[in-house]
Amino acid sequence: MKLEWHRKIKDLLDTAVYIKDIKGEKFFNISSLIEEISQVYENFYQYDSKFIENFILQTENRLNSILEEGEKSLTPYEIVKITRHPQRFTLQDILENVYDSYMELGGEEELNIDPAIVCAKAMIVRKVGNDLYFHQVMVIGHEKGHGEEFRQGGSAKPWGNEKALRYMKMAETEGIPIHFFIFTPGAYPIEDYPGAAQQIARNLYYMAKLKVPTVAFISEGGSGGAEAIGLADMRLMAEKGYYSVISPEGAAAIEAKLKEGRPPRELVEKCAKALKLTAKDNLEFGTIDRIISEPPLGARRKDYEFFRKLKFELIRATDEVVLQTRSLKFLRKYALSKQDTEDFKFYVNWDLDEDEKEILIENRYKKYKKMAQWAVCEPKSTFKTFINFSHNLSLKFKNEIKYKILKAGHRSFKKFIDELTTESSLLFKPVSDPVKTVYNLIVGKKVKTKLPAPTLTEEEISPYTSPLALEDRTVTCPEAEKYGCPDIWVPDLYGEFCGVCPNCGYHFPLEYKWYLNNIFDKNSVRTFNDNIASGNPLEFEGYAERLKAARKRTGLKSALLSFEAKIGGISLVAVMLVGEFRQGTVGVAEGEKFIRAIELAKITRRPFLALVHTTGGIRIHEGTLGLIQMPRCTMAVRDYVDAGGLYIVVYDNNSYAGPVASFLGSAPYQFALKSTRLGFAGPRVIRETTGQDVPPDYHSAKNALKRGHIQGIWDRRELRKKLFTALLTMGGKNLYYR
Amino acid sequence: MKIEYQNLNLMLQKFKANPYKIYPVLTPHTGYIKEFKVKEGDTVRGPSGKWLEKPGSPLFVLEREKNQKIIRAKINGIVQNLRTDLLNKFVEAEETILEIKHPLSQKEIISEILLSALYIIKAPETARYILSPALASRLEKQGLGKVKVKKGEEVLIMTFMKRETPIYFSEDGNFVLYYIYFTPFQLVERDQPLLGFCQEENLPYLQKIIERIKEEWSDF
Repeated sequence: MKLEWHRKIKDLLDTAVYIKDIKGEKFFNISSLIEEISQVYENFYQYDSKFIENFILQTENRLNSILEEGEKSLTPYEIVKITRHPQRFTLQDILENVYDSYMELGGEEELNIDPAIVCAKAMIVRKVGNDLYFHQVMVIGHEKGHGEEFRQGGSAKPWGNEKALRYMKMAETEGIPIHFFIFTPGAYPIEDYPGAAQQIARNLYYMAKLKVPTVAFISEGGSGGAEAIGLADMRLMAEKGYYSVISPEGAAAIEAKLKEGRPPRELVEKCAKALKLTAKDNLEFGTIDRIISEPPLGARRKDYEFFRKLKFELIRATDEVVLQTRSLKFLRKYALSKQDTEDFKFYVNWDLDEDEKEILIENRYKKYKKMAQWAVCEPKSTFKTFINFSHNLSLKFKNEIKYKILKAGHRSFKKFIDELTTESSLLFKPVSDPVKTVYNLIVGKKVKTKLPAPTLTEEEISPYTSPLALEDRTVTCPEAEKYGCPDIWVPDLYGEFCGVCPNCGYHFPLEYKWYLNNIFDKNSVRTFNDNIASGNPLEFEGYAERLKAARKRTGLKSALLSFEAKIGGISLVAVMLVGEFRQGTVGVAEGEKFIRAIELAKITRRPFLALVHTTGGIRIHEGTLGLIQMPRCTMAVRDYVDAGGLYIVVYDNNSYAGPVASFLGSAPYQFALKSTRLGFAGPRVIRETTGQDVPPDYHSAKNALKRGHIQGIWDRRELRKKLFTALLTMGGKNLYYR
Repeated sequence: MKIEYQNLNLMLQKFKANPYKIYPVLTPHTGYIKEFKVKEGDTVRGPSGKWLEKPGSPLFVLEREKNQKIIRAKINGIVQNLRTDLLNKFVEAEETILEIKHPLSQKEIISEILLSALYIIKAPETARYILSPALASRLEKQGLGKVKVKKGEEVLIMTFMKRETPIYFSEDGNFVLYYIYFTPFQLVERDQPLLGFCQEENLPYLQKIIERIKEEWSDF
């Protein structure tokens, strides 16, 4: 009994320290209570049993009331501290307490390709009355560890995310559901192969059509790292968890425009509040489906009651996902929604047949497409909506008939005739050849005339002068010392030279309008969805004014332009992320415009081009509503590519973070202009996370090519020609549909 | 090849009297000196950082065709002979605007002494170089300053595009390998020093001088 009491006092001490860490030293004079408990713990054997018993009872009551008081005044930043606390439960605790048995795959502890990612085959047991049912699942998640340094705090390295993808594929092969557990402050931002951004993009692209039910549980959902294993059919979130586009510290550093050092504490707390990163906020936004309640000030490693609840919720969530694919489901769905005890009333088989898998993917697409749509700022007009809907429907109908029925039929018939002709020619060749030769000698050989190939002429583009070219002065090429470049006269540089040093090929930045006028055919650019505007859904302080200023300066309503255009007569749908508007960051408006544009390309069977003038990542001021654009847009990309579309991305200037780690990075064909800097995180973030400096050319296009991120480096002067060739080469004669 | 003691002593005395090297800063082209960013006696630093990514201290602004170019220091040192009289005046190309008095470090002085005292084998081509296997194994056993080489002996292998060409030692006399300037399998530019050899009888004297430099010189 004494030993039990001793252990109990240790637990009380841990709880008191935990409260102090979360709420601060002054909260209910917790420091003196800690001293008191330590005193008894250290001199345990000097006290008699009665004293110890009373002490435990009293301290327990006192701590419980402090915990409850702490809960009442819990701030968002304190929630962030809870998720990062060493006493917080981790994936290892979940594997031990939620699942009935498990086997870790792809390494153990330190002997692991990436100890921050744990993959395990696990068994979860459902109790229906007196019967037990065993479900096999794949568990994939981040492991923060209980103080182990080698776990990197749950920051998955690129090869860790690759490991996660490998086991997702294995689960798909075996047809078992996947439970994802997100405990990450963010991905480990290094570009070493397979590259942080590239691997997250690959994961998202694959998860978009994963043919097994998936459930994600979020405790610490930090940005792209969370999304790498977060695209699930059902998203659960811990009550004291956070899910955010950026860590409050990162947001504060951006707000304070810090290049080095740590931001002030007050600003960090302010940002934590402004980012609206709590479970409650996320449920309101619709970025998660359900909150799993936790004890006051959050669940810790020994909160077995919480694990029991989590187990029930995981089974219930998987059931719901599975039932949504079934035709006969209504009664079970209703019963499940009313279920509140841990004993299930029925058993659901988690195996899906082929039709159900199709429904599962369709449901997933619909779910993510709908997500955050409420935050789209677009003038509402019933008439206009009706017209747009009718137009899209008629386009869809027309193209379905044209390409799926007529062209597909024609193609099959042509193929059959070709096969027949080749076969028969072999049969008749010995007889027909001598006759043909004699005939050709007498009459002369007929040359088959080919259809003229599409050509490109410079006259087809609009005459455009960059405003930068209007200065009468010279500039120095930044590479002048290395290559001995002479000074360049500005009108030449921004006119004839397309902003490229004629000596070394250094690319000076140019405004987005240059691209619109110098790549596409004259008068062919027709923008659409211009009315969709960037908003301030989180009501982030001071952000509305900044948006207003950006609108006034650029004349644009969002950082993404969507348009139809032609290159050398080839019609395509394109989007452009404009650097002048909030650094080309992506929020709800940009995501929605991207999805609508790619869907138009799909309906009209045209190639889709994404031009990246600059993108600074996901717009932090839109919180998870911005972050959710990563899976949303990637799903649209997957849908388009699977339907046979040709998707090309061309980067210029700076392209970083979320968009590169999702809908841009998942493009099968990515090219970069010489001046591009491409990656997941900038040098400051890399230094702060890894503690190491990166060379100045770490994010250069050359290194991106070397790492296999892009397929080629283009010169801006040849951009139009290169794009034209790419469209012809990759799309071929039958450009729009493979 | 004998070390000329007098020359070496003179050189040492010269370094001792004036342990600096003067680097004149010239205008890269014509233009107007618009602003001086330094004063006489200011300490400036050259490019720094692991990859020399941090540019040197700004020295002055040269303007041509409304293009204001900041000229920066390429080496650490102290500014002297600053031509303040040229402010807002037109200057020709390659005109000295200031000088940077660069304090020589112990390493730089030793390197200067060695370059003048040793028999140096320079890279005949831009290629990768390795020591000949025989020399490398002797070096491993005996260490630098102890491996003797004879005329006609293969000392290096030049390797480029998988083609290997031997390089032979061509001096008469008793020489020992004293210094290796290159890293094996790293690309070495043409005419860069590869190996430094010292005559056996000069070895104690050279070592004495180097010890003296190490004792007497401290880095700034």
